[in-house]
Amino acid sequence: MATANGSEAAQGLRMIAPPLVYAILMLAIPLLTILTYSFLTDGYQTIIREFTLENYRAVWGDPIFRTLMLRSLFVAGLVTLVTVVLAFPVAYFLSFVVAPRHKAVWIFLITIPFWTSYLIRVFLWKVILGYNGVINSGLKSLGIIEQPLSFLLYNTGSIVVTLAHAYAPFAILPIYVALEKIDRSLLEAGRDLGESRLMTFWRVTLPLAMPGVLAAVLIVFIPTIGDYVTPTLIGGGKIPMVANLIQAQMLDIDNKPLGSAIAVTAMAIVGVLALVFLFLNRRFLKVRQ
Amino acid sequence: MNARNPMPVAREGGPARDEHGRPTPIETRRVMIECRDVHKYYGDYHALRGIDLTIREAEFFSLLGPSGCGKTTLLRTIAGFEDISSGVVLIDGKDMANVPANVRPTNMVFQSYAIFPHLTVAENVAFGLRRDPRSRAEKAAAVEEALAMVGLRGYGARAAHALSGGQRQRVALARALILKPKVLLLDEPLSALDRKMREQMQVELIKLQRQVGITFVLVTHDQEEALVMSDRIAVMFEGEIAQLSFAEELYTRPASRRVADFIGVMNFLPARVLGDTATGVRVDVPGFGEFEVPAANVSRADAGDKGPSVGFRPEAVTLLTRDAPAPDRETPGVIEEIVYYGDMSYYDVRLDGSARFDGQGHPIRISMRNVFGRDLPDLGTRTRVSWSPGSVILFR
Repeated sequence: MATANGSEAAQGLRMIAPPLVYAILMLAIPLLTILTYSFLTDGYQTIIREFTLENYRAVWGDPIFRTLMLRSLFVAGLVTLVTVVLAFPVAYFLSFVVAPRHKAVWIFLITIPFWTSYLIRVFLWKVILGYNGVINSGLKSLGIIEQPLSFLLYNTGSIVVTLAHAYAPFAILPIYVALEKIDRSLLEAGRDLGESRLMTFWRVTLPLAMPGVLAAVLIVFIPTIGDYVTPTLIGGGKIPMVANLIQAQMLDIDNKPLGSAIAVTAMAIVGVLALVFLFLNRRFLKVRQ
Repeated sequence: MNARNPMPVAREGGPARDEHGRPTPIETRRVMIECRDVHKYYGDYHALRGIDLTIREAEFFSLLGPSGCGKTTLLRTIAGFEDISSGVVLIDGKDMANVPANVRPTNMVFQSYAIFPHLTVAENVAFGLRRDPRSRAEKAAAVEEALAMVGLRGYGARAAHALSGGQRQRVALARALILKPKVLLLDEPLSALDRKMREQMQVELIKLQRQVGITFVLVTHDQEEALVMSDRIAVMFEGEIAQLSFAEELYTRPASRRVADFIGVMNFLPARVLGDTATGVRVDVPGFGEFEVPAANVSRADAGDKGPSVGFRPEAVTLLTRDAPAPDRETPGVIEEIVYYGDMSYYDVRLDGSARFDGQGHPIRISMRNVFGRDLPDLGTRTRVSWSPGSVILFR
């Protein structure tokens, strides 16, 4: 029996070996490198192998880091809020209104934006919102404005719009899955027990959809905190987020230990937030056997 | 257990009583549900084809039929989950057209029980009490009382998903009954339970119905369940009510061959109608010979393309021991098959001359209670079958 288990384990190990090697090479080693760098001392165009906590002290004492970290959290929070609030009705429509035989087509349509690269989707918003962009030239040709509107681009609002669009399918799909799992007779039971459609939604549908909503929150929130492309292109460099700061330290200023310390700190903050969400999620997940 | 002889239990509501405390006969009670010429179409599919029925106060009523007969659709139109295409549904005298499910005086026990998985047992039971003006403590007491009524005292704090099937069903019952509906609708509530649990719940439901005195409307495809539990039963086929009568009448005097076939076991034999008499109809049946079927036992509903036939229940005929005299008529035959069930056995007997009409043998099925110490007849032996014309039904 033990040998059978052993060979089974060996077989399993062989099967996961390629992705394991990939994960070690491309994820674990770079992460460990960054972690190591963050405790080393910076020298001119080199790294001095000398243990120090100075980088972390610098990060925590740096008002720029604090501002950019808070801005990143704020922007990511806003993007998450906008994305999830807009995604919920779409997921609800998909689950409750669309006929079962048409659902596959709708899901297919929702994933169409993924056919182009993330970079191009972000750049597209620059084309739409820009000084000579679609909106401005459209309004100008209609004679509504004389001078192009300059507040469309290069601000927090445009970053939020761009990221919310880019992450919409990531929010729609988990919420849709959670809604699909709801036994429809529960909604009839809610009505049968005297509640209106709206109250049934509030007391039955929404609580049962919460695991999907929390999954959507995590999936949108975590990657948007560290987003680099959108603040650069859509923010025009005027509204840098924490990823831009890391990039500057790593490459422009060439202080890799400090850049690593910023990255590790940001990761730790995101990690703590994710754990809080998971804890919340478990409360709701308890519901599902 | 006879559903019309109530047991002495504490009562909350229910129908008017006579001076002995017995409920008044169902026919004289107030009408609780009335359907008049109810039709329901799903596109081209005609699911309900002119349903007319009245269900009365504190009655245990069953809608019985094979799957797809429209019984669940009818229940859902009463609950308000389905609109009707034409006709009228009245509950306690009020027209239910444009009355949504959440304001109807009905509550439902769903086939899946529909227990809210994100709530505790007590929260499930209290779900419908949100707008109840009573204080929090009074509501909690009402919840505990409702749980006690279904045998779940002290289960309030449990998570709903930790319950067994039978417990879920009890929670569903408590959740509906706490709202004191005028009508409780039950959609195949026992079909998910194992046999033993199902039989236990049947008895408990009967007791509960008598205790609360609420009209129960049960949907089931199980004819035995309907007979055990109901005062009256509506048998449905293809969106129509084939027969609506008391359980006993349904079993002993089925209105058509199809109903007779659906309810219990029925022997059918081809018959030749010889002529009407003042008291019944004279028939000739292979194996039984010529005899007169009493007028009350003649069904003119649907002989169909099979031609006239007679039917009788397996327990309406008996095997005679070697020399016992027959109380009425007797006819000889051979035991072709024996099916042993422990407490009783089925005997398939080919009567002499049973192939007289069509050349086919028509073995009849006879059920006999097994008595301790008495030898069972052997397979292949000749026997005598005792019967009486009064227990034979003619379908012509």
